[in-house]
Amino acid sequence: MFEIEVNNRKIEARKGEMLLGALRRNGIHVPTLCHMENLFPTGACRLCVVEVNGQRNLVPSCAFPVYEGMTVQTHSPRVVRARKTIVELLLADHPDDCLYCVRNGNCELQKLAEQLGVRERRYTGAKSAYKLDISSPSITRDPAKCILCGRCVRVCEEVQTVSAIDFIGRGSKATVSTAFEEGLNVSSCVNCGQCVVVCPTGALREQSHVKEVLGVLNNPSKFVVVQHAPSISVSLAEEFGLKAGTDVVGKMTTALRRLGFQRVFDTSFSADLTILEEGSELVQRLTTGGKLPMLTSCSPGWIKFVETFYPDLVENLSTCKSPQQMMGAIIKSYYAQRQGIDPKSIYSVSIMPCTAKKFEAQRPEMGSDGTPDIDAVLTTRELARIIRMRGLDLAALEPQGADTPFGERSTAGKLFGATGGVLEAAIRTAHWLVTGAEMENLKVQAVRGLEGRKEARVKIGELELGVAAVNGLGNARKLLEELRAGRSDLHFIEVMTCPGGCIAGGGQPFNGDAEAVRARMQALYKIDRDEEQRVSHRNESVQRLYKEFLGKPLGEKSHHLLHTHYAPREVVM
Amino acid sequence: MAKLLEEKCCERCRHEPARPCPDLVACLSGGPICHKDDACRAKRRQRMAQYRREAPPKPVVFLGTGTCGLGAGAGKTLAAVKKYLADKALDADVVEVGCVGLCAVEPLLEVQPVGRARVIFQRATVDKAPSLLDGALSGNLPREHVLAQYRPPAGSSQQAWDGVPMLDEHPFFAPQTRWVLANCGVIDPRSIEEYIARGGYRAFTKILRGSTRQELCEMVEASGLRGRGGGGFPTGKKWKFALNTPADQKYLVCNADEGDPGAFMDRAVIEGDPHRLLEGMAIAAYAIGATKAYVYIRAEYPLAIARLKEAIAQAKEYGLLGRDILSSGFNLEILIKMGAGAFVCGEETALINSIEGRRGMPRPRPPFPAISGLFGKPTVINNVETLANLPAIAAHGAEWFAAVGTAGSKGTKVFALSGKVANTGLVEVRMGTPIREILFDIGGGIPNGKRFKAVQIGGPSGGCIPTEHLDIQIDYESLKTVGAMMGSGGLVVMDEDTCMVDVAKFFMDFIQRESCGKCIPCREGTRRMLEILQRITRSRRGEKGIDALERFKGVMYLTRLAEVIQDTSLCGLGQTAPNPVLSTLRWFRDEYEAHIYERRCPAGACTDLLTYSIDADKCKGCTLCARKCPAGAIMGALKSPHYVVPDKCIGCGACVDVCKFKAVTVE
Amino acid sequence: MVTAEKDIEEILGKYPNASRDALIPVLQAVQEARGYLSREVVLRIGRHLKLPASKIYGVATFYNQFRFQAPGRNHVQVCRGTACHVKGSAAVLESVKRVLKVNPGETTKDGEFSLEVVACIGACGLAPVICVNGEFHASVTPQKIQDILDSYRGKAR
Repeated sequence: MFEIEVNNRKIEARKGEMLLGALRRNGIHVPTLCHMENLFPTGACRLCVVEVNGQRNLVPSCAFPVYEGMTVQTHSPRVVRARKTIVELLLADHPDDCLYCVRNGNCELQKLAEQLGVRERRYTGAKSAYKLDISSPSITRDPAKCILCGRCVRVCEEVQTVSAIDFIGRGSKATVSTAFEEGLNVSSCVNCGQCVVVCPTGALREQSHVKEVLGVLNNPSKFVVVQHAPSISVSLAEEFGLKAGTDVVGKMTTALRRLGFQRVFDTSFSADLTILEEGSELVQRLTTGGKLPMLTSCSPGWIKFVETFYPDLVENLSTCKSPQQMMGAIIKSYYAQRQGIDPKSIYSVSIMPCTAKKFEAQRPEMGSDGTPDIDAVLTTRELARIIRMRGLDLAALEPQGADTPFGERSTAGKLFGATGGVLEAAIRTAHWLVTGAEMENLKVQAVRGLEGRKEARVKIGELELGVAAVNGLGNARKLLEELRAGRSDLHFIEVMTCPGGCIAGGGQPFNGDAEAVRARMQALYKIDRDEEQRVSHRNESVQRLYKEFLGKPLGEKSHHLLHTHYAPREVVM
Repeated sequence: MAKLLEEKCCERCRHEPARPCPDLVACLSGGPICHKDDACRAKRRQRMAQYRREAPPKPVVFLGTGTCGLGAGAGKTLAAVKKYLADKALDADVVEVGCVGLCAVEPLLEVQPVGRARVIFQRATVDKAPSLLDGALSGNLPREHVLAQYRPPAGSSQQAWDGVPMLDEHPFFAPQTRWVLANCGVIDPRSIEEYIARGGYRAFTKILRGSTRQELCEMVEASGLRGRGGGGFPTGKKWKFALNTPADQKYLVCNADEGDPGAFMDRAVIEGDPHRLLEGMAIAAYAIGATKAYVYIRAEYPLAIARLKEAIAQAKEYGLLGRDILSSGFNLEILIKMGAGAFVCGEETALINSIEGRRGMPRPRPPFPAISGLFGKPTVINNVETLANLPAIAAHGAEWFAAVGTAGSKGTKVFALSGKVANTGLVEVRMGTPIREILFDIGGGIPNGKRFKAVQIGGPSGGCIPTEHLDIQIDYESLKTVGAMMGSGGLVVMDEDTCMVDVAKFFMDFIQRESCGKCIPCREGTRRMLEILQRITRSRRGEKGIDALERFKGVMYLTRLAEVIQDTSLCGLGQTAPNPVLSTLRWFRDEYEAHIYERRCPAGACTDLLTYSIDADKCKGCTLCARKCPAGAIMGALKSPHYVVPDKCIGCGACVDVCKFKAVTVE
Repeated sequence: MVTAEKDIEEILGKYPNASRDALIPVLQAVQEARGYLSREVVLRIGRHLKLPASKIYGVATFYNQFRFQAPGRNHVQVCRGTACHVKGSAAVLESVKRVLKVNPGETTKDGEFSLEVVACIGACGLAPVICVNGEFHASVTPQKIQDILDSYRGKAR
């Protein structure tokens, strides 16, 4: 620790850190566009430039190490003029259609223009013309709005190790695009949407289903059903200015009903169902010498990742559909039957923290007799947009409960929303399946938290299982490489595509920093701490579903409706 | 000639081609070392003299076949020479040499008849080859084609030609100090023996035995050698950073990505004297402790690459590269990496990315490459000319080198002289030489009786120097005072017909095309600067009201934009990108004003601002102009007055040139 | 599966267990052999070097050298270096474009000519210069272009 002088004031800096870190810790805000927490600085956007004594030019604070005795000016006229000019230059090649943009109001470029007082089009000239890429079921690319900060490229390459996109071309003709500038749909993109989350502008956004859903809500001949994923209720609040980690499940249920959804179900229910199927599958694999370790299959980005990059491990994937698809399948079979509704008149919507779920819903194997399990998928952000559009004040709504029978859930199902949650829920039920008794302490601390990989040895009766929970595909890749190299001490591995799990999914609210993600996670843990029903197999509605319809886990009906098959996939990679 | 490597002076010689003797080079050039024997000594000396062609037993014909020579037709001349010799059944050596520097009068054919001095013919095109050879070999020189003759070496039996000027007295060569270019155009670049015979590899092999790395770094620092690629960073200092950074692997990279349009020094050195570069690299690699070195060279230089490959193979054969060089324990592998066409790769960190197989985009510094560079290891990147200076510094010492030049800039500098100057070519002068001397004494002034306007130095990062500063000395600091910079050594001369706004536009166009696109100010800013310049050089035809407004607005913010680009860009390319505009604005503001306010180009170069028309009274309808018009913009029937279609006219001026009746007018 | 011909396999065979730094040399060798980089060859290189196609495409599009279209039977390079510019290469380029009816980076419809603009060939002393199939033409003027190009028409490389 030593002192440096910033804006004629002394602040503390740590040896070896970059200047930007010291400034932020001391409450001095310097804007950035290309900066990414925990990744090596690229120094591309130049917005964080500051004046440092003895330096001829302005220096980027993100890539400039602090040293004792340095004197810094972060907002001198020279610096502010430079920053303003940079933003003006970006705007000179920008479509200028903020009022029509999906990021209107939460765009970082817009915010910068406002902060720096841009009031005239100082630099004008030719604008680059690019085609919109709507080929992907999950993500829309609009290169005209791209400012080439490179965050999407880096998250895709360095965090997810997918590298579906990269910088293409050079200079003012450079774009972010796929190999051969083809559609994202034929690329190796796994649809995780992390690129959308880090995009400062509207250049990357989800393939929106808002229009379809609004249309169907106004169609009296449709029976519109909605389910919401475990992590939605703890992240939606942020879209309405509430504190990160506020659980708004009741208010959200009310809002969904007001929007016109005829039934509101909780995907945590089918998470419980998943646990019974997947737990049984694990026990079966363990006892009959099936492929191990078994890999979870709840996260559709991860599924495509394995199909694409690790075709040799496809057999290790659990055959279970994801909770979203299980719920969809059950609604259009069991529920339709029970209610006497034609499955074809049911329109099944899911609210997901995820863009890959849009892709998953469209997979040909996800349906029966040509009827898809799920008709439309909305992200958390899209739901928030619809709620605002309908003039609902979420905070003021009176909470309501979910519909039966698929509104009942255990807290184990709710834990699916955070990394390690599936594993924890599975351990609880596996213990009961194998030993016939409940665990003494249901909380499995070893698999909680935001680390990229958590491993544990779990004793279930006589069995000792090696388990792991991994989040982020880069971390998953490392583990898969270990498996390929012959590692054999693991039996069950939970993988979540997004770093942190669904609480940090590609469909979650923007500007969700590490603090917000942690708060969302704590909210899920709090629910698990506070409620009584904490194991999936005690979910009575699930039990009834088996009794009345499915028979037993891994039975014939389950096989038909709740399981599927994954196969190696060829893409441009 | 038999391979020198395989020769022993006598039985006592311990040398084996498979395992070259540690003292090989010293022995060959001044030996024998291991024993004393006057006969052996004489033998060695004689062999060296042979390789210097002091008294060749048969005539030698030299032809400059560097890229520039080939461009001027040397390939055809060469074929003609070979045919001539075959037809006449003459036994003569034909040697292809590099470029001696005077590109303006290429192809250069040189003949050294037995017993006579080597005489140089200029503009030796294919048609002239037989008569030139006839003349030279018969002793009856066709004087009008003679450029000069080489001065016979002291003590040689060569007889000079009467009345033919010595090359070192020729106005183009006399003021030069040729250290780096000493062998260029003189020796056979494909012969390591000829390089050794002129003292090559002696310095390196001496160092291998006698100097520590620290000493070498100190010597180079003391010599005052600074980077010749443009930045001018002290070479010895850079080396020390790398030397003092502990690492299991260090790299040396030779930057031969000569991307400045208008510069070709590195190409000429590699084509004409590749071993000088290799020796320099070997010295540098030894000094910093690098065992692997790369030459990053433009793919646009196929001949230079071929020469270099050959030279590396020869040096390996001689045991001067490879493992355990001359039993010293020092290993050095030199690899060639071809650039793929990106100007920005001349920037050190972009070059590193390119070698690593990435997009050539610069990285933020620190960390500096000397600390963490190629593959994360300490890496010294030196330019070709910098490295080519090392053999002489190592041979003669720091003081010898530092004795030439100015206080802050030592030694010599090679320049590529081109544009509107009589003697285009390659020149090497002492630091501190006035620019006027280079342009008017060496360069021979402006051709066609035109007036000098400016000289552009430093390429796209540099600036223009106007008449009033022609007496400025060439050195790193002085050039900065007039808004220019040393750069890599391109000197492009401009005369009264050159429009300075157009020149600025040319560089902005270049820079914005070559910008890597990583940082915003360079990517977006250079593009807007170019547009501003395009607007002021575009005609008013089809212009709407708003366009005129935009034109003025652009001009208003041009300087502000330029300053921000300089101040905030990530790499040197961006930081210097506005220089050509700022420099021309500073010295030729009046030209800008003429374009902006009067909408005219004083030099008549901005064709869009010119209007061509045909005076119907003077036009006889001969149709010559219509036939010569490359754009098909002139219409009219035979024997009736023609007219110009303005929208088709590209303003090339061909019609003015061909009209015999002065009927075409330009406004 | 991605297939490639023998010539490509031969090139890749020269880079066994290669890492990323072999990428540009491999691309150069392939383009030398094939004249351009096709989609399937890029994918094949990716498998060999274990590099995503997007990375290879990103690298290849960064550098001027790489083409994704077959070049013409005659390849015309127009130098746009400073010295050439000062001596009128802009008009030369215009003339070439007009004669061939293509823009830089394109190939004529009959496959006869492809046009490339190069930053500097390094023959500044002979400006302005164009280079056809590696043959230099020094001190060219817009008026000479038609004749120069016509002399190549119909001639195979």
